[in-house]
Amino acid sequence: MTIRFVLMVNKQGQTRLAQYYEYLTLEERRALEGEIVRKCLARTEQQCSFVEHRNYKVVYRRYASLFFLVGVDNDENELAILEFIHLLVETMDRHFGNVCELDIMFHLEKAHFMLEEMVMNGCIVETSKSNILTPIQLMEKSS
Amino acid sequence: MALSGMRGLSVFISDVRNCQNKDQERLRVDKELGNIRTRFKNEKGLTPYEKKKYVWKMLYIHMLGYDVDFGHMEAVSLISAPKYPEKQVGYIVTSCLLNENHDFLRLAINTVRNDIIGRNETFQCLALTMVGNIGGREFAESLAPDVQKLIISSSCRPLVRKKAALCLLRLYRKNPDVVNIDGWADRMAQLLDERDLGVLTSSMSLLVALVSNNHEAYWSSLPKCVKILERLARNQDIPQEYTYYGIPSPWLQVKTMRALQYFPTVEDPNTRRSLFEVLQRILMGTDVVKNVNKNNASHAVLFEALSLVMHLDAEKEMMSQCVALLGKFIAVREPNIRYLGLENMTRMLMVADVQDIIKRHQAQIITSLKDSDISIRRRALDLLYGMCDVSNAKDIVEELLQYLSSSDFAMREELSLKAAILAEKFAPDLSWYVDVILQLIDKAGDFISDDIWFRVVQFVTNNEDLQPYAAAKAREYIDKPAIHETMVKVSAYLLGEHGHLLARRPGCSPKEIFNAIHEKLPTVTMPTIPILLSTYAKILMHTQPPDLELQNQIWSIFHKFESCIDVEIQQRAVEYFALSSKGAALADVLAEMPKFPERQSSLIKKAEDIETDTAEQSAIKLRSQQQVSNALVVTDQRPVNGMTPDVPLTLVKVASTNSKEDLYPEDHISNGENGTVTEVDPQLPSADLLSDLLGPLAIEGPPDAVQSGQSSLSGLEGISDAVDSAAIVPIEGQINAVQPIGSIHERFHTLCFKDSGVLYEDPHIQIGVKAEWRAHQGRLVLFLGNKNTSPLVSVQALILPPSHLKMELSLVPETIPPRAQVQCPLEVVNLRPSRDVAVLDFSYSFGTSLVNIKLRLPAVLNKFLQPLSLSMEEFFPQWKSLSGPPLKLQEVVRGVRPLPLLEMANLFNNCRLMVCPGLDQNPNNLVASTTFYSESMHAMLCLVRIETDPADRTQLRMTVATGDPTLTFELKEFIKEQLVDIPVMSSVPAMAPASSLPINPVSLSNDPGAILAGLL
Repeated sequence: MTIRFVLMVNKQGQTRLAQYYEYLTLEERRALEGEIVRKCLARTEQQCSFVEHRNYKVVYRRYASLFFLVGVDNDENELAILEFIHLLVETMDRHFGNVCELDIMFHLEKAHFMLEEMVMNGCIVETSKSNILTPIQLMEKSS
Repeated sequence: MALSGMRGLSVFISDVRNCQNKDQERLRVDKELGNIRTRFKNEKGLTPYEKKKYVWKMLYIHMLGYDVDFGHMEAVSLISAPKYPEKQVGYIVTSCLLNENHDFLRLAINTVRNDIIGRNETFQCLALTMVGNIGGREFAESLAPDVQKLIISSSCRPLVRKKAALCLLRLYRKNPDVVNIDGWADRMAQLLDERDLGVLTSSMSLLVALVSNNHEAYWSSLPKCVKILERLARNQDIPQEYTYYGIPSPWLQVKTMRALQYFPTVEDPNTRRSLFEVLQRILMGTDVVKNVNKNNASHAVLFEALSLVMHLDAEKEMMSQCVALLGKFIAVREPNIRYLGLENMTRMLMVADVQDIIKRHQAQIITSLKDSDISIRRRALDLLYGMCDVSNAKDIVEELLQYLSSSDFAMREELSLKAAILAEKFAPDLSWYVDVILQLIDKAGDFISDDIWFRVVQFVTNNEDLQPYAAAKAREYIDKPAIHETMVKVSAYLLGEHGHLLARRPGCSPKEIFNAIHEKLPTVTMPTIPILLSTYAKILMHTQPPDLELQNQIWSIFHKFESCIDVEIQQRAVEYFALSSKGAALADVLAEMPKFPERQSSLIKKAEDIETDTAEQSAIKLRSQQQVSNALVVTDQRPVNGMTPDVPLTLVKVASTNSKEDLYPEDHISNGENGTVTEVDPQLPSADLLSDLLGPLAIEGPPDAVQSGQSSLSGLEGISDAVDSAAIVPIEGQINAVQPIGSIHERFHTLCFKDSGVLYEDPHIQIGVKAEWRAHQGRLVLFLGNKNTSPLVSVQALILPPSHLKMELSLVPETIPPRAQVQCPLEVVNLRPSRDVAVLDFSYSFGTSLVNIKLRLPAVLNKFLQPLSLSMEEFFPQWKSLSGPPLKLQEVVRGVRPLPLLEMANLFNNCRLMVCPGLDQNPNNLVASTTFYSESMHAMLCLVRIETDPADRTQLRMTVATGDPTLTFELKEFIKEQLVDIPVMSSVPAMAPASSLPINPVSLSNDPGAILAGLL
């Protein structure tokens, strides 16, 4: 019951953030991102948010131009992950205010900090937005 | 837009963004990499700020998918920066760029430890997070006690402790042998008294890992979990920050219910009552609401509650509530809920006796099979497959057939395979089965594997009543224009064997049948021609009185193929021609095929393979295959609700009619796999015929030839054990043996060239292997995964190492909890060169049966090789200095599997013998070099030269040279084994290949020795 990776990819298939919780080589990552992004982009709004790929599931959600894809084990609770994506987006929204693709792109490090506060080793570690954002505020204060 | 203080980084990102195409992007990235490289070279001038900026650029480039093979040191060095911003970057980027085995990580251990035991909690958090993400063995060794202290420290704030809990989880999962968790049961229970929801969220993940390994030790945590669940479900004392759309942390609720599923039952009546109250509240109190997020979150909790109820096997009433809910879900329009409804219904089939209730929803499920969403279609297919039994097989299979023509390519293979399996398992009558398979081939020929038509041939051969019907059907199909080649094969085969049974029907004279088949000859490819030739020979034999005109026609065809380039075709043409001119002898040689021994359907193995992408089989993923395997298990073993199916396919019937003994020793060979599986079932023989339908070949082989309980290392001892391994030890008639899923031999073979994958699988357990090899040492981790919802007990693993390997297996727990995976590391040291193979003697009990398997371990000679590329100047002096035996051995190898040179080179490279192109002037030769590592001789150079003969690919000359006589010999023999190795083929119902089968009355006797003699 673990998260294997979190990807943020835009409509053109460009990766905006990639965080893996198991080590993959560059080639494996490229192949994986290519395959699942293609699969997910081809799906319509009326279809469900889960795609089975190889031996795991991808739970995905689209916000404007950006897709959030989370790879999980087959025994993961899909809806919980789906809402976890939304929690991540809301957290970024609280920090950036009306978060958009460009925010994530140009503040890659902050997006990483937030994710790191939320997921560790593929397990959810924190779901309180103010707790998640504390270290970032700390960093902003100190710089 | 406020940029992130790092101007250079923002400029670079927008540059990349403005690139028009991939080439421009690459150019820009290369330029930046060059820039960073130069800056890092004179590191002295770099400020921490600059370092930070460059390291982020590296991460960005890495994310774009470019190789960043330098600068890792700089990232790691930032970890020891004194200031928070730099340190933070160092930790985060290090955990993104490096993996746990990276050497640089070792350099940071001290800094990391100081941060962890230091007083600065923000530093503690950073360090714990990184170790929690990528910490390897060395981290576990030096940090585990510190981390454990932090988790339970009363002076630590929650923000540190939650990270420490997940950090420990990582260290423990990766190296259970290093991390000492004695006494953690109490601490875990204490930890669950925590009020902070962040700490609880991560502690719950830790608990899941600990409990899945040994639930008995953690009983005291169970009531605490129920308390937490109550607190959440009643929304007592939950801070606003942890409430998501009005729902108290849905993620913690889900995780807690998941942890509870690792305990087999809840015994304490008070705890049980509280738990059921909460579950009841969730089941009844979840309504569909407008807000999508709230709706999803509450349904996430609801679905987890459903799983928990199924697991606890609750009172009938609650179970029927669940089925009713699921029935509602599979009919809603909302695709997510429908998907999950179908998925959970399939799961429910496995745990509860709800078949009949679920059948009421059949029409609804079939509608989902036609949904526009492939994810939903797959779930519907799985569910239909799982719920199929004799009563609804006809409807379901026909639905699948109908859907086949319109389904998308991605699903056709799976669909046709599942239809074939269901048709075989639940056929109400055999002619229907034949109809289904022929329709399948007709509609989806491209997706029908050979196994499927082999199987139908086996059934027809074994059931005389069926033969005229099958032949007539084949006659119908062969008349159609443009039929699929597989249809040509199966029709030709059936008509050759049984066409004479139709003789009196119109259009079915030998001549007419021959013409109909022969019309297809120009349309088929090489592999089909031998089948057609055999058919012609059989037609000729059955034509009584002989028809001279037909005979001449057929003879001229044989004559034409006598000079065919394909050896198989040529041989058949020559032999059939010679035989058919012998007259009466022909009838003996080409007699009707004897019955096939019953065996497990190879289709089921196939069904497994489809789901399992071999490239993806890392051990972490083992559990994910559970779903499919379980589906098969359940349909195999489900009782038939008192129905005695009128299915003439049963083993027993075949057993009583099958008076002839096994004529086909090659079937034994194909079953003569890596190991043997023996299950001793003390229960009375089951009366359930259906569950044995696809069961083992309990009737095969005379009982005195096999001893019960025996399991020998057949793979090692060669064919002498083939009979044992094929006949799965019948004791007094029937027995339910556990059948391995997939070929053990093939799995072993694959693992000889790969370092991770599945070594063994059956319906209860899956054993995966992940190995790392360094010089003469290796570390193999066995992943023992229990696929059931109840524990496997009396687990025993014993290593039988050959004398040249030193092996140490860490302790294997006696019990594997339900659905849990246990890792057992195995250290290997190679002492000397040898081709002997280590064997794992593994046993476990499930329910009342004991299963014992012997598996070869892929710690083979080539794992201790390190490929080495040599130049001409290096190679030749070495080659010359090793002159003659015993250091240099030469042998002409015959009977080589014919391979194109390129494939042979690949084979060598896969064996870690590096082919050095261009060293040998002759393009037909291969030269390879490698280093062999063992404790006795450290590194030893090995040189190999292969000279092939383009005119005859089945022979070659091989020269092997090393500095040690034993090594030379062993390596030469090893390579030979690879070259002449015949992969285990799925058993082809070969049509009496006249040449190779000595039709000798002796070989028909009951003595397995005689069978073997015939073989040799």
